Amino acid sequence: MNLHEYQARALLKAAGIPVPDGEVATTPDEAEAIAARLGAAVVVKAQVHAGGRGKAGGVKLAATAAEARRHAQQVLGMRIKGLVVERVLVVPAAEIASESYLGVIVDRSSQRPVIMVSPAGGVDIEEVAAKTPDKIFRVAVDPRFGLLPHQAMALAFELYDDLSQVRQAAAIMQQLYRAFLDVGGSLAEINPLITTPDGKVVALDAKIVVDDNELARRSAIAALRDVTAEDPSEVEARNAGLSYVNLDGNVGCCVNGAGLAMATMDLVKHYGGEPANFLDIGGSSSPEKVVAALRIITRDRNVKSILFNIFGGITRCDDVANGIVQATGQMKLAVPIVIRLTGTNEEVAVEILRTAGFEALTDMDEAVQQAVKLAREAA
Amino acid sequence: MSVFIDTATKLVVQGITGRDGSFHTEQMREYGTNVVAGVTPGKGGQRFADTVPIFDTVAEAVASSNANAAVIYVPARFAVDAIYEAADAGVQLVVCITEGVPVLDMTRALQFLAERGTRLIGPNCPGLISPGKAKVGIIPGQICREGRIGVVSRSGTLTYEIIHQLTRHGLGQSTCVGIGGDPLIGTNFIDCLRAFETDPETEAIVMIGEIGGTDEQQAAEYVAAHVSKPVVGFIAGQTAPPGRRMGHAGAIISGSSGTAKDKIAAFERAGIGVMKRPAEVVDLLQARA
Repeated sequence: MNLHEYQARALLKAAGIPVPDGEVATTPDEAEAIAARLGAAVVVKAQVHAGGRGKAGGVKLAATAAEARRHAQQVLGMRIKGLVVERVLVVPAAEIASESYLGVIVDRSSQRPVIMVSPAGGVDIEEVAAKTPDKIFRVAVDPRFGLLPHQAMALAFELYDDLSQVRQAAAIMQQLYRAFLDVGGSLAEINPLITTPDGKVVALDAKIVVDDNELARRSAIAALRDVTAEDPSEVEARNAGLSYVNLDGNVGCCVNGAGLAMATMDLVKHYGGEPANFLDIGGSSSPEKVVAALRIITRDRNVKSILFNIFGGITRCDDVANGIVQATGQMKLAVPIVIRLTGTNEEVAVEILRTAGFEALTDMDEAVQQAVKLAREAA
Repeated sequence: MSVFIDTATKLVVQGITGRDGSFHTEQMREYGTNVVAGVTPGKGGQRFADTVPIFDTVAEAVASSNANAAVIYVPARFAVDAIYEAADAGVQLVVCITEGVPVLDMTRALQFLAERGTRLIGPNCPGLISPGKAKVGIIPGQICREGRIGVVSRSGTLTYEIIHQLTRHGLGQSTCVGIGGDPLIGTNFIDCLRAFETDPETEAIVMIGEIGGTDEQQAAEYVAAHVSKPVVGFIAGQTAPPGRRMGHAGAIISGSSGTAKDKIAAFERAGIGVMKRPAEVVDLLQARA
C-alpha cells in the first residue's frame, strides 16, 4: 500500500525526523490560508500515488498566498497518470544548500533491510543507480541488531564532510529505520534529504510503501489507505479478496494464481488479442469470489469476451463452477464466456457447468484462442 | 532418488484441522505421502481421519513420530511462528504453503533457519511433489507422472499448467518444486538447480519465472557456469505494465532489471531454451534431448 507524501512526512515527523511545516488542502481557499499562515514563499504539491509529479506540472512554487491559491486551483482536479488530484500539500519553499538521497528497502538478494544513501539526491534514484552506481552507498542491516550507530555514521560520511551534518544525518537514518519497522514498510525514502544554508539536515520529501501483508496487524496504518486515490474496481476487488488490475484490452480474464494470470494475459496477446485486466481469484476460492470477479470484469465496457482459466490446486474447480452458475443466474451476461478448468474436482465442476448449459474446455491455448476470436468478432 | 522429498519423508502437518489443512492432508495421504502426525494447538490427543495422531506442539509431534518434514497450512498471522516452531523441533525440511507472511518477518526467520541448517520452501508456495514417491503441499497429484524432468517455479498454478503439458506428452517428472512468489523465500532457483544437477534421476530441467526481482538472472548465470543438463525456461508477465503489482508480492516490475525482457535475455545468454508459451515446453525439451 502506498502512503501519500503528507501521510509519510507525518510519520517521519512523529519519529523525530526534521520535516518542514506544511499542511494539506483540498480547496484553493484552504491552500491560500495555509500559505498565508506559513508566510514567505511556498510550494504546492499534488498528493497522488504516482511518480513524476513535478514533470506533470503537479508541483508549483508560489511567492504569495494569492499565487498559492491560483496554483492549487490548477493542480486540484488535474490528472497525473490517470489519477485525479484530490489534495495538495502546501509547504514552505526551502532554501537548499545540497540534496542527497536516503532510503530503506527490503533487499531480495541479501534478504535483509538495506539502507541506501547517495549524494546525488533530488533526482530519480533508479536512474542514478543505473548510470552512476558508484554514487550509491548501501549497508545491509542485520534485523536482529538493527542499524548500528557506526554503520549509520559511515553512510553519513559518504554524504557530508561537516561533522555536525554527519551526526544529524546518522540520527535521521536511525529514526527512518525505526519508522520503517514500525509501519511495516517495504520502502521508506527521503528524496531529497537536504542541507539548509545554516547547516541543518532536513527531510524535504517522504515516500513510504507499506507491505500489504502487514496491514492485518497494524490497524492505524491500514486506516491511512485512501480509497479515493485508487481505481474503484481495484478497491472492490480487494474487498472481495481478489487481486485486480485494469488494463486497456477487451478480453476479460479471470484466473487463479498470479503466475497463471500473467501467462494467460501473455497468451491472449500471443494470439493477437489484448487482455482487459489482470484478475487473480486467489487460492481457497469460494463461489462468492467468482460472483464478485464477474461483476467487476463486466463493469468494464471494453470487455467483449470473458475468459476463465482455472487450474485447480487449493482452488477447487467445483467452487468456481458454482460461482459461475450463481453469478450468471443473478446477472445476465452481455458478452460470451469461455471456460477452461482442470485440476482439483474437475469432473464435478464440468458436470455442474454442463447441467447449467455451459461448455468447459480443458486446453489453455484452445480457450485463449476462442476468447480472442469472440472478442474480435464482437468488436 | 529425487530432490528434497522421497519415500523416507515422514511428514507432520501444521494446521491439520483447518479447511485447507484437512483437505490437503487427505489428498497427500491418498497420494501415498507418509503423514505421521498433525499439529493444532488445543486438539492434542485427537486423531485426524481416525488414524493420524494430533499434537498441541510440533516438538511433541516430532518426539513421538520422528517426523523429518513439516508442512504449514496455518493462517497468515500464525505462519512465521509455525516456521520457527518446526525449525526449533529439529525438522530438516519446512514447507510453508500459507501466503501473507510479512516480508520483515521473513528477514529474521531466514537467518534463524540458516543458523539451524533447516531448509524452508516458500512461503506462499504450492510445495513440492516427487511423483510416485511423495507430495508435500497442494500440487494436484493426478497431473503428475514419474519421470526424469525436474521442474522449479516461482508460481503455483502456472507450474501445474506446465506439469500438465509434460505429463500429457509422456514426459514424467523427477521432482516439481514450487518455490513461491514472495520477495523473500527460503529455497531459491539456484538451490533447486544445484539439487537437480546432482540428482541422477533428473535428465533435464524446466525453470518457470516471472517479472520482478533478479532471481532468474542470477539463476541463468548459475546455469551457464554449473549446470550440464538441458534447461528450458518460461517467464510470465511479458504484457504486465511496469510499476503495477500483479498479485504476488514478488511480481512487480521495479526498474529495468525486473522486466520479462531482461530475464528472457539472461536465459538466452545462458543457453536456456525459452518458451514463448507454456505449451512449447515439450517441443523445446525434445529438441534438447
